[in-house]
Amino acid sequence: MKDDVVICRCEDVTYGQIVQAIDEGLTTLEEIKRVLRCGMGPCQGRTCSRLIARIIAEKTGRSMDEIGFPLDRPPVRPVEIGILAGERDEA
Amino acid sequence: MKRSADCVIIGGGIIGTSVAYYLAKSGMTDVVVLEADYLASGGTGRCGGGIRQQWSTEPNARLAMESVRIFTTLEEELGEDIEFLQGGYLVLAYTDEDVEQFEKNVALQRGLGLDVEILTPDEIRARVVAQLNTERVKMATYCSKDASANPFLATRAYAAAAKRLGVEVELFTPVRRILAENGRITGVETDRGVISTPRVINAAGSHSVPLAETVGVELPIKPYRREILVTEPLERFFDPMIISFSFGVYFRQVQHGSIIGGFAYPDEQPGFNQTSSVDFLTTMSKKLAYLMPVLEDVKVVRQWAGLYDVTPDAQPIIGETDGVDGFFQASGFSGHGFMIAPMVSTLLSQIVLGETPALDVERLNLRRFEGDIDLDHSVV
Repeated sequence: MKDDVVICRCEDVTYGQIVQAIDEGLTTLEEIKRVLRCGMGPCQGRTCSRLIARIIAEKTGRSMDEIGFPLDRPPVRPVEIGILAGERDEA
Repeated sequence: MKRSADCVIIGGGIIGTSVAYYLAKSGMTDVVVLEADYLASGGTGRCGGGIRQQWSTEPNARLAMESVRIFTTLEEELGEDIEFLQGGYLVLAYTDEDVEQFEKNVALQRGLGLDVEILTPDEIRARVVAQLNTERVKMATYCSKDASANPFLATRAYAAAAKRLGVEVELFTPVRRILAENGRITGVETDRGVISTPRVINAAGSHSVPLAETVGVELPIKPYRREILVTEPLERFFDPMIISFSFGVYFRQVQHGSIIGGFAYPDEQPGFNQTSSVDFLTTMSKKLAYLMPVLEDVKVVRQWAGLYDVTPDAQPIIGETDGVDGFFQASGFSGHGFMIAPMVSTLLSQIVLGETPALDVERLNLRRFEGDIDLDHSVV
């Protein structure tokens, strides 16, 4: 894969950045997320987590099962503060 | 992994990594940091990243001011971006008691040389945050030199700098027990074997308690869940951390543009629960919508929780432990570890090396809990 291929579309994180992070010793999704922000955007990793897990598997020789997935954190999808505050209804 | 070291540090958060760095910088490089999970996976990586100098007692204010002094040149010293920003802290007063306390605080802080201002609601909107709803706000204290930074990046930067000086950082290496014989530390037993050492620094947050028990030391620390949320990123429109003790809120805009913030439930029970609640999500949203109506259309993308490691007097436990030579404590930060880490770790490294610490932190030794505890004064 080319280094400039975007893996995390929310935060514009490329394949090259992820490979570099793995080379620097970040070998879990949780660590890569915290340093590169992939999985912290609006989709919360629903697009990129599996792709990143596969890159980690390729680079470290570990299985996808061993790598696992980051804990899903609420809310399931982004929600406006005004709606959560009960000040208006969902459009 | 090494089989022996001059010092083993348990905990790869901001405290453990920064102590490792300052020890190595002062010449003790045969040091191992043991982290059960990944760097900043505990309290550090879950915190709001605020760095406040506006404290109500002199010793706390001094620790915080010295920490900011170190933070201001830390990116240069460690060679990494940690998103350090002196965006200030705006502390809102809603009650007469707040106003009375804040006036005392400001007098004390100014006496120490801190540049703190008292602002009227009109001045807050005109000079600091135009979008803030100041209804019911009586006044605010504002220190433009208070700051914030990214806790993951700061921890990572300290760890990397420590490693360059020779420190070993072992991730995913839980400690099973600490080893001591005849009142002296002898080693640490991990899932990957034993490391012999005459010195252990216990910097594992709330997990410091069961670790200390393995050598018969009781730490009066209880874990309390604290929740936090973050929004989608917005173009930058305000710099300070905005907090109020009486309203119950803190929030700031991080460098990336998201708003991050939370509040504490006064009746939260101690325990290791780190789940997120719907009540926090809706209550925090109400607070944000009230304080900053422009945020109503902004989306919350994520919420999480972390643990405060709280002591009876909300002060950390720092220093060597009576009865177990070579056993040093660095936990019980009660929610303020990140902001005072640079100075606390500098001082602890001096204690470990047998030097006289640059600030007297005897008051923070574990032995203070042997007598009656003075809980009368406000300490935050």
